[in-house]
Amino acid sequence: MQTIDLSKVGLRETNKMLQAQSADTNQTSWEIVNPRGSHAIACGLDAPIEVTIKGSTGYYSAGMNQQATVNIHGSAGPGTGENIMSGKIVIEGDASQYLGATGQGGLIVVKGNASSRCGISMKGVNIVVQGNIGHMSAFMGQSGNLVVCGDAGDALGDSCYEARFFVRGKVKSLGADCIKKEMREEHITLLQSLLDEAGIDADPSEFSRYGSARQLYNFHVDNAGAY
Amino acid sequence: MCGIVGLFLKDRSLEPRLGEMLTAMLITMTDRGPDSAGIAIYGGETVGRSKMTVQSDDPETALADLASKLQDAAGGTVNVTVKSTHAVLDIPAGSTGKVRAALNEMGIRIMSVGDSLEIYKEVGLPKNVAAQFELAKMSGTHGIGHTRMATESAVTTMGAHPFNTGADQCLVHNGSLSNHNSLRRKLRREGIHIETENDTEVGAAYLTWKMQNGATLGEALESSLQDLDGFFTFVVGTKDGFGVVRDPIACKPAVMAETDQYVAFGSEYRALVDLPGIETARVWEPEPATVYFWSHNDTPTATEKAA
Repeated sequence: MQTIDLSKVGLRETNKMLQAQSADTNQTSWEIVNPRGSHAIACGLDAPIEVTIKGSTGYYSAGMNQQATVNIHGSAGPGTGENIMSGKIVIEGDASQYLGATGQGGLIVVKGNASSRCGISMKGVNIVVQGNIGHMSAFMGQSGNLVVCGDAGDALGDSCYEARFFVRGKVKSLGADCIKKEMREEHITLLQSLLDEAGIDADPSEFSRYGSARQLYNFHVDNAGAY
Repeated sequence: MCGIVGLFLKDRSLEPRLGEMLTAMLITMTDRGPDSAGIAIYGGETVGRSKMTVQSDDPETALADLASKLQDAAGGTVNVTVKSTHAVLDIPAGSTGKVRAALNEMGIRIMSVGDSLEIYKEVGLPKNVAAQFELAKMSGTHGIGHTRMATESAVTTMGAHPFNTGADQCLVHNGSLSNHNSLRRKLRREGIHIETENDTEVGAAYLTWKMQNGATLGEALESSLQDLDGFFTFVVGTKDGFGVVRDPIACKPAVMAETDQYVAFGSEYRALVDLPGIETARVWEPEPATVYFWSHNDTPTATEKAA
């Protein structure tokens, strides 16, 4: 285990060290102490390493992540996991606004609540939130899955494309062109696998599925394979 | 972008350290607002006396002999404490109107009026502004601070925050208002004095106007959600505490922390990391379009707490 004291080493050096790890690195386990809400911690990683941040983070932690697992032992600031490509981010506390924005792959798990615009413009990322999410979440969501074990705020899935939303609690309101959909066997199976992967114990049959009514954008069934 | 900090002490033993704690929080927010900074601090009141904070770009001339120059208008003893470009006037209660008129005639700017409130603000890096006014040495019950990155108007002293909205009340703002020109014209027609082209000053004047027309601060903040167009996180200082409101879109950040000792506000968690017991504090983001208040007064009146 490599331990980095962020307050001594500094952000640039820390990120440089983490970003320098290659696919076959022996140093697979990293711990960052004294994050003190700093911005952009563990951004742009591209190796199968595990980084644990001991405390709360500021803007854009674990942005553009590929392959790596980033654990945040605290709450995460705005834009955490922005444009995540693959790998996993686990936030023990709450996540601020626009978590996983434009994310293209990988998994983000929030043990607390996520704030507004969670999964905005998601393009393939899976996000599992144990608590509630704020307003305008998954706005223009294109693909991927957003799982919410608590409640969703106003305008869920506004102007969404083919992203799927599973909510166990109440949805304050649905956004334009977002509707409640039938929960079929295939969705139960998918949801169970997402919950398992996130390590969250919840019964998939208690969730409702939401998604695009496909009235707002020019959806042609012939193009379904593109999503 | 701007930075906001606020600290409301529950534990009276921390009061001597209010300035020091708030200054550290303010300096952490320099990245969010390096062009000017300001602080509003509630340092306690004296029965039968009121306070005004004034400012001049030429303090050596304008603020000299101010005590004797204002004595007639005040109708009693005036004590003046000069701090760099600012001065705190300690005047007899009830003399505020006449002292204000006299100061206007002398061309001295009024930063704040009240019994407990003092406002200090200037152009420059937050750490320099804090040093200029020795903010770290100040004590008090609660205070709010602002670091400014100007977007809507010039970088001037009067464009810096906090803005005084009424006796012992002030406002700081992160965001930008888009209907401030039409609202400024409307408020000026209503007789409200607005000095600059700054959008936040219009927000402050709006609250003043609402309260002059009988609204409580809580009601004025509620109606601001309808009448102000734009992005805002507002923190308002009151004699007994502070309030927080974010616009319904809430894209401007806000983090709160509460322990048995204090309630703290920061634009970012970074601003709060050095507060005592932050590791175990309850930390959360205030909800959009929701007015929050914290007050020292357990049984606040309608004007003190109305949300």
